[in-house]
Amino acid sequence: MSNPRQNSRGALLSAITKLGHRVNDALQRLGFAARFFVMLLLHSGQSFRRLHLTIRELYFSGFQSLLIIMVSGLFIGMVLGMQGYETLQRYGSAEALGVLVALSLVRELGPVVAALLFASRAGSSITAEIGLMKATEQLTAMDMMAVNPIARVVAPRFWGGVISMPLLAALFSAAGVFGGYLIGVVFIGVDEGAFWSQMQASVDFRYDVWSGIIKSFVFGVAVSLIAVFEGYDAVPTAEGVSSSIKSTVVQSALAILALDFVLTSFMFREA
Amino acid sequence: MSRKLLDLWVGIFVALGLAGMLFLALKVGNLSAGNFADTYQVTAKFANIGGLKVRAPVKSAGVVVGRVVDIHFDAKDYEAVVTFSINESYRFPKDTFALILTAGLLGEQYVGLDPGGDEKMLQSGDVIAQTQSAVVLESLISQFMFNKASEAPSE
Repeated sequence: MSNPRQNSRGALLSAITKLGHRVNDALQRLGFAARFFVMLLLHSGQSFRRLHLTIRELYFSGFQSLLIIMVSGLFIGMVLGMQGYETLQRYGSAEALGVLVALSLVRELGPVVAALLFASRAGSSITAEIGLMKATEQLTAMDMMAVNPIARVVAPRFWGGVISMPLLAALFSAAGVFGGYLIGVVFIGVDEGAFWSQMQASVDFRYDVWSGIIKSFVFGVAVSLIAVFEGYDAVPTAEGVSSSIKSTVVQSALAILALDFVLTSFMFREA
Repeated sequence: MSRKLLDLWVGIFVALGLAGMLFLALKVGNLSAGNFADTYQVTAKFANIGGLKVRAPVKSAGVVVGRVVDIHFDAKDYEAVVTFSINESYRFPKDTFALILTAGLLGEQYVGLDPGGDEKMLQSGDVIAQTQSAVVLESLISQFMFNKASEAPSE
């Protein structure tokens, strides 16, 4: 008699159940991620005692990202130089080009864009590597040989990423400033002395450069943690590994941008 | 790849990264400009500081000799108390005059120091007695208008 009503109640109930499952799963995953991070830190000692493990990861995630980071930095600096000159010369202050290029690179673009590139270049490959190791049961095999996979596989990759990130961000900013110099001074003909001296007068080491380095360090921790966790937590199938790689890139990008907002509001509040 | 070659490439990477940081610190930033030199701190009270900000330069004869490190309001005298740190190698007489000046027509504001002729020099923690406040554009304009208004009937 009250069949339609019963049906709608059933549908509502199942929707709520589904939602509850989702929330439950997400919380469980968050808890696992936190536990994973603590385990990672506890087992980090080995990646510094057996330094060659970390050096190998520095080579793969740091050195091999060098080219794309430097080239992107150069081009972003050149674009900033062109666009900045276009606007500044209207107000007759083209000499401030150096300030504009350096401040926007050192404070924001350097750490953020370098971290985004790093997440898609190195983070995704870390996830793929660990995920595939899990899918082919190499991690289980290590466990059976009494080798802790977190200490042997995960921690060196994490620290490799954390160490690489500030270096890459600094190189990105440096290449960008050089790109801005190339366009501004060499091609357009802004006065070279004013370009550098105004830049030095308004870029403060502790306030601007140092907070950029801190930012890139925080991004390095976030991106590396997401990359190794997604790999370690991957569903051990071809499909599962591919969706882990996807969510590494997506989550890293979101984490970087959200963290950047938070850090910026802390660092540059009273400017 | 052999471990030696790997070490070499990673060494190159780390050296490049550190060189990049050094470039940012020295060539882009102002670390080379004696930022960490020894300084001594002097305060001055102003009736109005205009748009003076913390980290604004302190100049004497146009040369940067220090930076503003703190600005706060003194609720007893209703005055602004400005603290600035001056490079240890520059000494100023006790009767130095502190003014708030503007770089260019609409530029940033900075503290100018006009040295007096006293034999004694300013020490750390001293207060500069003679100051001149920032020029506020509105009061300047209203002064000009009053002057014009009082001139008009006599013509």
